Amino acid sequence: MFRFILHKLALIVPTVFGITIAAFAFIRLLPGDPIEAMVGQHGITPERYAILKEQFGYNLPIWEQYFNYIADLLRGDFGISLATKRPVIDEFLTLFPATVELSLFAMLLAVLLGILAGIFSAIKRGSWIDQMTMGVALAGYSMPIFWWGLLLIIFFSGYLGWTPVSGRIALSFFFPRVTGFMLIDSLVAGKPDAFVSAIRHLILPSVVLGTIPLAVIARQTRSAMLEVLGEDYVRTARAKGLEPRRVIGVHAFRNALIPVVTTIGLQVGLLMAGAILTETIFSWPGIGKWMIDSISKRDYVSVQSGLLLIALIVMAVNLLVDILYAVINPRIRVQ
Amino acid sequence: MNLMKTLLAATALAVVMSGSAYAKQLVYCSEASPAHFDPGPTTGGNDFDASSRTIYNRLVEFEHGGTAVMPALAESWEVSDDGLTYTFHLRAGVKFHTTPYFTPTRDLTADDVIYSFERQWKQDNPWYQYLEGLSWDYFQGMDMPKFLASMEKVDDLTVKLTLTEPNAPMIANLGMDFASIVSKEYADQLAASGNLADFANKPIGTGPFVFVDYQTDAVIRYQAFADYWAGKVAIDDLIFAITTDPAVRGQKLKAGECDIMSYPAPADIAGLQADSNLTVMEQEGLNIGYLAYNTTIAPMDNASVRKALTMAINKDAIIDAVYQGAGQNAKNLIPPTMWSYNDAIPADTYDPEAARKMLADAGVTNLTLDLWAMPVSRPYNPNAQRVAELVQADWAAVGVTANIVTYEWTEYRQRGKAPDRPGAFQIGWTGDNGDPDNFFATLFSCSAIGVSNYASWCNKDFEDAIQAAKTTSDQAERTALYTKAQEVFKAEEPAMTLAHSKVFMPMSKKVIGYTMDPLGIHRFDNVDVAE
Repeated sequence: MFRFILHKLALIVPTVFGITIAAFAFIRLLPGDPIEAMVGQHGITPERYAILKEQFGYNLPIWEQYFNYIADLLRGDFGISLATKRPVIDEFLTLFPATVELSLFAMLLAVLLGILAGIFSAIKRGSWIDQMTMGVALAGYSMPIFWWGLLLIIFFSGYLGWTPVSGRIALSFFFPRVTGFMLIDSLVAGKPDAFVSAIRHLILPSVVLGTIPLAVIARQTRSAMLEVLGEDYVRTARAKGLEPRRVIGVHAFRNALIPVVTTIGLQVGLLMAGAILTETIFSWPGIGKWMIDSISKRDYVSVQSGLLLIALIVMAVNLLVDILYAVINPRIRVQ
Repeated sequence: MNLMKTLLAATALAVVMSGSAYAKQLVYCSEASPAHFDPGPTTGGNDFDASSRTIYNRLVEFEHGGTAVMPALAESWEVSDDGLTYTFHLRAGVKFHTTPYFTPTRDLTADDVIYSFERQWKQDNPWYQYLEGLSWDYFQGMDMPKFLASMEKVDDLTVKLTLTEPNAPMIANLGMDFASIVSKEYADQLAASGNLADFANKPIGTGPFVFVDYQTDAVIRYQAFADYWAGKVAIDDLIFAITTDPAVRGQKLKAGECDIMSYPAPADIAGLQADSNLTVMEQEGLNIGYLAYNTTIAPMDNASVRKALTMAINKDAIIDAVYQGAGQNAKNLIPPTMWSYNDAIPADTYDPEAARKMLADAGVTNLTLDLWAMPVSRPYNPNAQRVAELVQADWAAVGVTANIVTYEWTEYRQRGKAPDRPGAFQIGWTGDNGDPDNFFATLFSCSAIGVSNYASWCNKDFEDAIQAAKTTSDQAERTALYTKAQEVFKAEEPAMTLAHSKVFMPMSKKVIGYTMDPLGIHRFDNVDVAE
């Protein structure tokens, strides 16, 4: 097991290196100039432009800029945001809990409903229920997030008034930040009504963010279940006269779970991509919205360090899933 | 240790917020997060809304809803006859905010005023680079280093400002956000403890609202300053709910999650107007969208060719199609609400036949030129791409072929200001301080070529008029000079002035007394909410 983890870790090193190059190159390949973006409508004289360029180190040859960037990273320095002049890592850590809270909720929704829908479809294979569930899953998978989010806001918040439009909690609640997780902080502050408000604010964005993973998980569960349901041991269990619920729940589902767990792990990357749009629509103060704002402000430093940090997190989660997978399925470790 | 700090901060916040249970609260749905809370180095309107207009004051300030300069921290001032020396008499007894992180021991003095400028001006001032990568863009952009000779303390409540040359717009510059007065005592305290960055994140000012808390990218909280020199404002708590999507801002306003919002989506305005719980205020913005011809490249170096190109454009049709009722045909560079507006200038006529003849008379046939369209929506022009398509069609009708050119926004501006850039360039301007100089000199003076004079136009008559208007502080004389400058501008047509756009401000009927600001700033110090 130890060797397995070590092997996986060794694979991460070149990937991280590749990501630093990609993040560094990506923002520089985009058209646009950070100095020009900074000075606003007044314009800037060529002399002052040169001074600022030197001040920020953009006059150096590109390889030297990259070298300085890596040297800073190795010292644990992710740079200072061009826009807010605060350390990028501080901004990231401030905003990250909001993204985690939203993603966990969305994932919970996607996993619970996705697996249920998948099992149900598999059992009723070919029926109209199966057709409908898979049809809805396909629609969910194809849904443009931005449009879907606005639609839900207009209907549930605007027309019906059931859910709040945007934000993380009603503005009347004001308590100190301890962990950055609204659900935990509201309880720490001893305000159960604030906790309820935070839950209400989570509903719509979680549905929007969870829609695509839900569809993927439902489809994956269905096909895994179908495969397992055709196996001999399931037929044997049925022949023994076991309760159908036990056959499906224990014999079939446990074995179908292996590919489903992998799928769930892979959704983390997708979730990060979805968070960018979801957070922007719902004014959710997380790293997705922060990335979009940083790109539009041409905040090179925040974008390249943000990309790297997000990639590191996605890789860490995938590593965790690989390990978990090896725990569930010992055959993997041997290979 | 960190937990300890957090708990201490929590207690402090609880103290600040206690007693506000039945407070009058105003929630403003704002469009973007502020970079930070120091108005000196920031440049965005949303930065100023969150800092200079809430937390800070200036020596002089613009009146509510207008651009006239009023006394603020300076109770009065005198300008010497040669226009070189300004003496400001500060208001006595002006208090700085008391917060959990700072308790002032003295009132505002000349030291605070001098420090507020020297930190932006003197490179050897320890605060000149107090944040990494700091640049004082407005101080530079308004040419302050060129005009300031010295700033001296005469006594605790008197400051003498000496200029290098007479500059009438200086007093309006001092009303701008970058000229906000900050606390030297607070700066000294932070310097002693080594926490310089707190100056931008835990602000202390003399303004109507005290900063309470900023939850990054989400919520800013302020409380009314009980000891405000102009008297405590009517509301108790002011909250900015940062909501970047305009459609979502509209939904929040409708749902009662905020009381007032900035910049509605054009498509939502009719719906907001129809809502019986809301009022939608509107005002002509202090702005101009225009099309700058490069006046140095043939055949556009010929004024009659430029006039012909403008005459071929059906401006009214464009404004109807693109601004959708939120634009006003612009015959001058400055908007009609600004003093010295020359109403005697005739409106541009749309006459393709005459245009075709003028081009032929100038010997121009088969003209092909670049027509630039910015890729982003701006307050002065919601859709430059659409404008370009319509102009292209109008020009085609008189035999002129236009190639539409566009780049990413910062690249667009950079390429556009190159003096040898060919073609006609769409751009615009939103006024900073309500002085006509801020339009004429910034956009069309000879020294702005390569910076913000996109027409590369340097005309002696125009230049003489606007430079003379800069050096005299006699308003009547200045008005006469700008009136003349507008005549020269119209005769020479360095640019086709398209439109002044309207700005909308939707709010709940509960909001009382809000005035729209021609400079596009959102101020809440004169607002009340109905119980």
